[in-house]
Amino acid sequence: MAKTKKPRSSAPDPPAHLPWHHPPAPPISTALLISFAALLLRVLVSVGPYSGQGVAPKFGDYEAQRHWMELTLHLPSSDWYRNTSANDLAYWGLDYPPLSAYQSRLHGLLLNASLPDAVALRSSRGFESPESKLLMRWTVLSSDLMVFFPAALWFVWVYFKCGVGGTGEERMAGWTWLLASCLINPCLVLIDHGHFQYNCISLGLTLGAIAGVLSGNELVAAALFSLSINHKQMSLYFAPAFFGHLLGKCIKRKYPIVEVMKFGFVVLGTFAFVWWPFLHSYEAAMQVISRLAPFERGIYEDYVANFWCSTSVLIKWKRLFAIKPLKLMSLSATILAFLPSLVQQIRSPSNLGFLYSLLNSSISFYLFSYQVHEKSILLPLLPASLLALQEPHLYGWLMYFGLFSMYPLICRDHLLLQYIAVLGLFVLIYYSPGGSSKKGMSIPSGAKAVLSLALLCSLLLQVLYLQIEPPKRYPFLFDALMMFICFSQFVILTLYTNYKQWMLNSHSRSVGRKKDL
Amino acid sequence: MAAAAATSPARAAAWAFAAATCVKLLLVPTYRSTDFDVHRYWLALTHALPARRWYTDASSQWTLDYPPFFAYFSRLLALPAPLVDASLVSLPVPDAPPSFAYLLYLRLTVAFSDLLLLLSSVLLLATDALTRRRRRPFLSLALVLWSPALLAVDHVHFQYNGFLMGLLLLSLHFLEQGRDLAGGVVFAALLCSKHLFLVAAPVYFVYLFRHYCCGRGVVRGLGRLVLMGAGVAAVFAAAFVPFLYYGQMQQLFNRLFPFGRGLCHAYWAPNFWVFYILLDKILAFLLRRLGFNIQIPEASFTGGLVGNSSPFAVLPKVTPITTFLLVILAMSPCLMKAFSKPQPRHIIRWVSYATTCGFMFGWHVHEKASLHFTIPLALIAMDSLEDAKHYFVLSIVSCYSLFPLLFENQEYPIKVMLLLTYATLMWVGFSSHFAAKSPQEGKKVNESGSVVRKNSFIGWISFSYLLGIVAIELWSQVFHRYVFGSRFPFLPLIMVSLYCGVGMMYSWMWQLTWIVRH
Repeated sequence: MAKTKKPRSSAPDPPAHLPWHHPPAPPISTALLISFAALLLRVLVSVGPYSGQGVAPKFGDYEAQRHWMELTLHLPSSDWYRNTSANDLAYWGLDYPPLSAYQSRLHGLLLNASLPDAVALRSSRGFESPESKLLMRWTVLSSDLMVFFPAALWFVWVYFKCGVGGTGEERMAGWTWLLASCLINPCLVLIDHGHFQYNCISLGLTLGAIAGVLSGNELVAAALFSLSINHKQMSLYFAPAFFGHLLGKCIKRKYPIVEVMKFGFVVLGTFAFVWWPFLHSYEAAMQVISRLAPFERGIYEDYVANFWCSTSVLIKWKRLFAIKPLKLMSLSATILAFLPSLVQQIRSPSNLGFLYSLLNSSISFYLFSYQVHEKSILLPLLPASLLALQEPHLYGWLMYFGLFSMYPLICRDHLLLQYIAVLGLFVLIYYSPGGSSKKGMSIPSGAKAVLSLALLCSLLLQVLYLQIEPPKRYPFLFDALMMFICFSQFVILTLYTNYKQWMLNSHSRSVGRKKDL
Repeated sequence: MAAAAATSPARAAAWAFAAATCVKLLLVPTYRSTDFDVHRYWLALTHALPARRWYTDASSQWTLDYPPFFAYFSRLLALPAPLVDASLVSLPVPDAPPSFAYLLYLRLTVAFSDLLLLLSSVLLLATDALTRRRRRPFLSLALVLWSPALLAVDHVHFQYNGFLMGLLLLSLHFLEQGRDLAGGVVFAALLCSKHLFLVAAPVYFVYLFRHYCCGRGVVRGLGRLVLMGAGVAAVFAAAFVPFLYYGQMQQLFNRLFPFGRGLCHAYWAPNFWVFYILLDKILAFLLRRLGFNIQIPEASFTGGLVGNSSPFAVLPKVTPITTFLLVILAMSPCLMKAFSKPQPRHIIRWVSYATTCGFMFGWHVHEKASLHFTIPLALIAMDSLEDAKHYFVLSIVSCYSLFPLLFENQEYPIKVMLLLTYATLMWVGFSSHFAAKSPQEGKKVNESGSVVRKNSFIGWISFSYLLGIVAIELWSQVFHRYVFGSRFPFLPLIMVSLYCGVGMMYSWMWQLTWIVRH
């Protein structure tokens, strides 16, 4: 079993030292141990059900991914995003950028080699079998292993090597914990390997880009981030942070214009490379773009804990405004929300500030942008887990409420058992004896009371949600309550991280670069 | 880090146990063997029928063949079942696959009964003022709680070994503490739960006789002998008297000791008999080449059940008595040691060695029986570098030999990752632990983590042996199909048994040497 246990378990025996710290454990095998444990966890979660299992006629995200494999495998690329007789866009039409489509095609080829029935054109709609489930799960596992794992290892290595914040000793002590918090991200594991999606690819590419920025390989970072956007357009949530940080750095260099042009060249080149098959005509490109921005689906769906959905109880946005003004409103709200962090990075780009800025800009998008899904909380959670050493409380809090905000989705997918186990493991790792989670600032007792109240409510709601039938008049009463709680927590955390990012600024100016923490 | 200093062993153990429990939850939907149906039936049987009919009921093919304490244990686990669903404990058990609620319930009873294992491990971890040993390191307890073999057998395949091992460890804890009477009584309770542990009884007997009864004068010694006898007899009485009263002893013994089964289980446990059978086949082949007229019995070992005809072509037939004598013979050096110098600090080793002998030479041994010595040996794995090396090889071999139990595709990555994670855990834990103990080595590790591996942690031979496991696995998963197609489906299994048999032989000889030397 070994499992998932993580390395930070502590030894009662040499007091005050983790078993693999104080005698310094061989770092390579320790990293291997954590990676194995993380992979084991993914494998275990993947045994569970996936979204829409056995729910004809629409099924769920699993069927969507399988359907895309079928389309991209059998149709020419020009038909991927077009409504044709073989491609009914109303049935899980492809709505991710071309890199996703290529990935689907690649996985479709693999499936086709061993189980052609699962991806046969048209006849395979709703195809489900134990073998195809295994194969599909394997495609996610292998993507995760090939993209997200190396990116996480690279990031931790860079963090450790190049110095992001804190003293060298702190980083030494914390790297195992940081690696575990990157790799054992409960939300990501549940959505990718339980619900069924490929967020590990886009997030892994972004993580690689972050590591690239921190290590000074900025052009590589730009290319990786462009790829990430081309896998899921949601990666744009991070764009202000990358833009601000890189622009800020360029301005400080000798030939800022040349530097900026280099980036422009790399980004455009990557985009052109990925979009090549769709660039032969304006219509073809526009066809893809219109699929990527489904404005007609409304400003929000289901009960997502963002501004528009939460305030819709008071203001019926969807009824009061047409799509156009709504677009404008959400755009300006989003820009306003990430502007402070963007400005801070342009003015004084720093490694630690960059990580905060990633968090701030992605959560601004989550809270204010158009058509946000509950799963989009994965994006802010990525930088939050990278900040786990700097902000352990923030990390734990955001992760818990991020997980909680997806609770209704988890219940729909029948992943409750996996949810409990993964949440349990997360809490255990967070509180691993001897882990570094408990340092950091002390929270004022007033704030503590408010926070514990939210925690208590969330626990209570999770039980009520399963046990009690909501009143007939308000069938989504509990969903809405959960949404309010999560929204309130997200807003508090956003204000806090923006404040921290700005304080970083004044700090580093007044005290000098060393005292980040 | 200050928090770590304050961490009590109990807290660390609870933490490790909770982590293991999360993994167990994730294992709920995995494959389960017919043992699941067995225990499902036993739960219903003990709940629905009076004790008088437990050993006579034949409404299912999975008749109760464990001793009465296990039946009581099933009865206990069945108590809350009607709260979940009354149909869970009604007879006859329906053929339909269980509902998710029932599956979850049964799986949780296993996870719950593992609490006994946790309790014993915590006691063992905290021990030792009496034996003047250092406290055991946390890792040795984690090695028990996170044992991949235990997870695979209990939480995937479905058995209650965690509970049984908990009883065994509890008894060993008492013996280590010098509380012999309690140790003996707990062991008697273990025997009344699963009689396979009888194989450790000679060591217990000799040890308790010498350590508890002798050396204190005849009168006191006799008094203690009577006391111990009374304690053990009371446990056995609690188990068997009801059935004696019903006049079912004969029936009960037939159920407990089905000698009609063959020497080897359907899947050969990796023990001495694998080599014996193989030698027989080779000899038969060679002799036939030389012109002798040798009758080869048809597929005599692949069916699991072997009748009375000798399955061997050349070598003499093996009977239960032969295996019994061999086991005792193999055990005798250990018995002599226990007789001449009974020491509490060696008791875990001696008991493990006794069960190893049972595993190596016993009659109709299941591959799962290797748990009975790998788990206790985990506790002493960090006593010395030699122990660590031995345990490293043994635990990997023992877990790998269980691979064929989980034969479905879905569980394939699970078993592989369980083993890999555990092996890496041992690697990291052992190398840092022993590097810390020897300062020079510690320095080397600072420079490069791989030094430990090459110089001291694991030798060339063990390392290439373990690499061989990878080769065997590759062959059976990939190449066998290309070379032979669907012919010789048993070949990969035989290779696994044979290859693991080598490791098991090594472990047996290593333990024997250690015991003789110390």
